[in-house]
Amino acid sequence: MRKTLSLYGLTFSLPLLIWQLLFFVFPLVFLVALSFWTVKNFRMQVDFDSVNWVTMYGRSVFWKAYGTTFALAAAASVLVSALAFPCSYAISFKLSETARRWAVFLMVIPFFTSYLVRVYSWQIFLSDAGIINVMLGWIGLGPYALLNTVGATMIGYLTLTFPLVVLLQLFSLVFIDRTLIEAAHNLRCGRLRTVFAVIIPSARVGLVIAALFAFILSFGDFVSPIYLGGGDPTTLSILITDTTKSGQQWPRAAVIALTMIGTLLVVAFAAVRFAYKGRTK
Amino acid sequence: MQQNAGLTIGLTRRSLLATGAAALATPMLSRRAFAEPTELTMLAWYGHAEPDVVAEFEAENNVKFIPKYYTGGDNMLGLISQSPAGTYDVILSDAEYVQQLNAAGYIEQLDPADYAFDEFFPEFQQFPGHWADGALYSVITRFGFLGVAYNTDALTEAEASSYNVFWNEALTGKVGHFDWHLPNLGQMSLLNGNASPYDIDEAAWAGVQDKTMSLRPQVGGFFDYGGTFSSLNDGQMLAFCGIGDWITGVLEKNGAKVRSAIPEEGGLQWTESFSIGKGSQKQDLAKKWIQYITSAKGQAKSANMAAYPAIVPNQKGWDVLNAENPDEAKRQGMVPGQSNAMDLIRSGRIKYRQLPLQQDLEAWNDFWSEYKGA
Repeated sequence: MRKTLSLYGLTFSLPLLIWQLLFFVFPLVFLVALSFWTVKNFRMQVDFDSVNWVTMYGRSVFWKAYGTTFALAAAASVLVSALAFPCSYAISFKLSETARRWAVFLMVIPFFTSYLVRVYSWQIFLSDAGIINVMLGWIGLGPYALLNTVGATMIGYLTLTFPLVVLLQLFSLVFIDRTLIEAAHNLRCGRLRTVFAVIIPSARVGLVIAALFAFILSFGDFVSPIYLGGGDPTTLSILITDTTKSGQQWPRAAVIALTMIGTLLVVAFAAVRFAYKGRTK
Repeated sequence: MQQNAGLTIGLTRRSLLATGAAALATPMLSRRAFAEPTELTMLAWYGHAEPDVVAEFEAENNVKFIPKYYTGGDNMLGLISQSPAGTYDVILSDAEYVQQLNAAGYIEQLDPADYAFDEFFPEFQQFPGHWADGALYSVITRFGFLGVAYNTDALTEAEASSYNVFWNEALTGKVGHFDWHLPNLGQMSLLNGNASPYDIDEAAWAGVQDKTMSLRPQVGGFFDYGGTFSSLNDGQMLAFCGIGDWITGVLEKNGAKVRSAIPEEGGLQWTESFSIGKGSQKQDLAKKWIQYITSAKGQAKSANMAAYPAIVPNQKGWDVLNAENPDEAKRQGMVPGQSNAMDLIRSGRIKYRQLPLQQDLEAWNDFWSEYKGA
């Protein structure tokens, strides 16, 4: 049965709808239009020309940056999921109710400080004369090039996504039916096998959504690749700034941005489909 | 302030109303006591409307600057094109963008008689691009040189006296780029022996690209303004391409072991100049500001600007700086009568940074993206 619209319902749903229209749909439509504009002598002109799409898609730099960004984001989401899982597993199954509450609180604390500040503080650890290399020096090692590497970019991605991924994983692990685990144990299923045969499949939705968030955040991130990776290799976010910085090429930047949005939509749909695969309700 | 105090010591409706009324009345009270300062908007690189530069002018003329800071000429053009005419009273621009500003009709024509050009070094009395058909559109206020920026612990001045030092094996992974194609590629063009680094034909442009590409394995990163500062300051990068004293001078003054050298292949000159925004309602005040900052007194302040130092074109400004701050005058090579910045220019070792003349800016930018991605 269809429910009729009530004033009460509208009061709560309309602001969200208006918000989405104003700050998501309208800018997106504008971005699409912008990608067909042209730039002449530093000035954007309203136009309908596919030149920006043809130019960007014809450039090997673009596809290389696309491949790099996709690979980095995918690696980050796999890595962070693998590292976060033991943590969220321990919090949800090994800790007491009180300790668990504290652990969740601790995972929220990183959000108190700006991500940019946290990334800058990593420079103090990773630079050639930084904390890590100085400590390695005490035992006669190094110095190793840590900053301005892909590894440093990955550390930045972990800084960005780890707490969120732990929290998302946690919420699905906490709600796993404990009787399923007991049943597995009663059927003489070992600890490790229980994790892979019972816990992970039961928490699949949460785990996949957590990994998806890690992918989305890393894919669009500008701060880590520039301040920890030293802008090398070029990611799509860096390519956007490059494109706007010279010659006012906002329409071409719009092409990159739309490609990124399209990619994220496809990845998100695929992930959600995979997460809910086989579920009937 | 008052509201915050109210919030911390138990808030009642009455106290809230009282503090609110007091807060609302405050501007009225101050208006009665002093004339409200006139607001003057300035579009500029960071630092130009900070108190160390503008405080005196603001106090003398009862003006309050409202700055809008940008990074790079393209960013500036973007901001102007997106704002209605008259948004910015005063516009500080890199010299190579003045022609673009003028072509787009964003700046007012100026009267040369208003400004102390007779005090300027002859080289800067008719700066190219600032004049069109004999009419003046912008007044040069400061400039600086771009060369090899280096860590003084890692390299000697002799080593840094050629751009070839960037290919030094000891610097592999330790050469940084300021992430803007124009100064970097201009320096590569100088290294390739192009007398006019931005006016090169297709063969020379191909040569610049090849030369630049060969540097790629040496490069440790591409940095923005903040990243350039931090990577030089903590010794992460030992040599830097595309910058000069405007970055290393700030670090050096704060004790970092970095300097800039003008190599034997030559250096580039960045130049900043002031214009009055088209349609500004406060043109007289804007003119007064440009007169002030290009006067001897203003020039000495500008030379020593906290955000980034620069050489000034007003000879009397050099005199004031030498009287007020001889160390800084010496550090920047602004001491008359001894080997100084003007000698560098006059010996032909300095070329103006420009937009490419024979290629599209797009071609340079696209190559820069390719270089970064290589």
